[in-house]
Amino acid sequence: MKLRSLRLRKAIEVTFVAVFLISIVVALGTLAMLLGSVVSTALPYLRTEVVVNYASAVNPLQAGYAAAIVGTLWVVGLTLLFSIPLGVAAGVYLEEYAPRSRLTRFLEAGVANLAGVPSVVFGLLGLALFVRILRDITGGPTVLAGALTMTILVFPYVVITTQEAVRAVPASLREGALALGATKWQAIRGQVLPAGAPGLLTAVILAASRAMGETAPLIVIGATFFQSYLPSDPRSFFVALPVQIYGYVGLPRQDFLDLNRNGILDPGEPLLASGGWPGVAAAGIVILLVILFAFNIVAMVARNRMQRRRL
Amino acid sequence: MARRLFFLKAEKPAQPPETVSAELIPPTPSVVSISDAAIESRNLSVFYGAKAAIRAVSLQMSRRQTTAIIGPSGCGKSTYLRAINRMNDTIKGCRTEGELLVDGEDVYGPNVDPVLLRRKVGLIFQKPNPFPKSIYENVAFGVRIHYRVTDEELDGVVESALRQADLWDEVSDRLGDGALSLSGGQQQRLCIARALAIEPDFLLMDEPCSALDPIATARIEDLMFELKKDMTIIIVTHNMQQAARVADYTAFLYLGRLVEYNRTRDLFERPHEELTENYITGRFG
Repeated sequence: MKLRSLRLRKAIEVTFVAVFLISIVVALGTLAMLLGSVVSTALPYLRTEVVVNYASAVNPLQAGYAAAIVGTLWVVGLTLLFSIPLGVAAGVYLEEYAPRSRLTRFLEAGVANLAGVPSVVFGLLGLALFVRILRDITGGPTVLAGALTMTILVFPYVVITTQEAVRAVPASLREGALALGATKWQAIRGQVLPAGAPGLLTAVILAASRAMGETAPLIVIGATFFQSYLPSDPRSFFVALPVQIYGYVGLPRQDFLDLNRNGILDPGEPLLASGGWPGVAAAGIVILLVILFAFNIVAMVARNRMQRRRL
Repeated sequence: MARRLFFLKAEKPAQPPETVSAELIPPTPSVVSISDAAIESRNLSVFYGAKAAIRAVSLQMSRRQTTAIIGPSGCGKSTYLRAINRMNDTIKGCRTEGELLVDGEDVYGPNVDPVLLRRKVGLIFQKPNPFPKSIYENVAFGVRIHYRVTDEELDGVVESALRQADLWDEVSDRLGDGALSLSGGQQQRLCIARALAIEPDFLLMDEPCSALDPIATARIEDLMFELKKDMTIIIVTHNMQQAARVADYTAFLYLGRLVEYNRTRDLFERPHEELTENYITGRFG
């Protein structure tokens, strides 16, 4: 039996650390480039107008995201309202109550597969079910129809995250509660769910992030592109941020150049340098990222506070 | 080279020397009988799947006394203890046969609800398992799940339970603090307070001191002497000195069978069975 060379073992160690470091640099570098490119394109348009103005397909200087921001908040809010209770309840049932049978395993596999279905398929389902069949309730391609579609889309994520959160709660807590004569539900409600709350918050973050960023299903169900009023209730028509961004990107840049040529815009206008509609679209991406980031910060602070309170 | 090989071999866990074989288990255990038993098992057997963890154990436990269950690891003593408040029900594939009478009623009978049984029969776990909440909430939880109480009533119950568990003086000024900030011994006394708050008649303790230092252990043992004035205590322990100190009666289990059951003093000083003697003299364990 021969001793392994220590030098070789250390060399392998160094090599792997280097590979890991390079991997993370590649990932973060890509992200930084993406952000840099988006922000630099958006920079001339990051003004109050882009937040408070309604959409315009005519003049990039007048174009804004007011309806899209409010629409996104509506859709995300309603999606959380529907998906969190539903998903948490389903997750708790599967993890705590469902018998370990073949049917349960089938259900769990089904939920996991649902998470892998392309989002446009959920859009088609939403179009058929919520926009057309349930038109009397939703009122067509409305905030409600959008939120219900998103609810189906994020449901598997909420279920799986809930299952993981519940599973991570030590069995000793459950037993401690049961030994005091708690019913199963009292043990879950009183100890398991509070102890798993940080994990459940992760489910909220995941659901909200997904609902905020998804574009395809909303386009398919028929969200508007250029809307000049704010959605006021669940049965309003709406536009969401990613849909609006997609809308701006699709506008021909030629129009903008024509405006320029016809002397509608001052050729000395610095905004021209950024290329018009792509700049507006990039500003929309920045708004979306800021909202997403703010939401995540709030959730993270809440989660840390929860964890600290337990000590 | 030879030396290195020697070290490699030494790292493998050595097989414990099995000096006592199952043949020494007496066909009929030596059992003291007790009148007016608070808890009585008749031919109680517990199975995990096809494997029997407890085989036909019959014994009676005396009211307002402490009974210790001793035996080597894996002898089924925890399984027996958890059979009493039906905590084994929560384990999948666990099956119980025979009778287990608590206050004369078979707890495996058709009309017994484990939720009500467990209010009467408290259980303290081996590792302190306070809820990750405040000290107050730990004690209040059990009360709230069984009773509708006003805030004042609850305050009173929490205080009296903490006093009974000899913890009040240490925590009275910080009831809102997290229970996990307490020391191990305090956590275990909090778990006892939590169990006492719902006024059980029986207290099952599953090696309650195995994770504690000697001083914390002594405080729990003192507490047991206080508590047995009005409740029946059954303690599982792998520590024979502890059994000798706290218990009025001691049962010795081996490979799921009851070997000997007697007054603690008699069992330790004049064991009837050879197996018992081998165990308490430390010849195996």
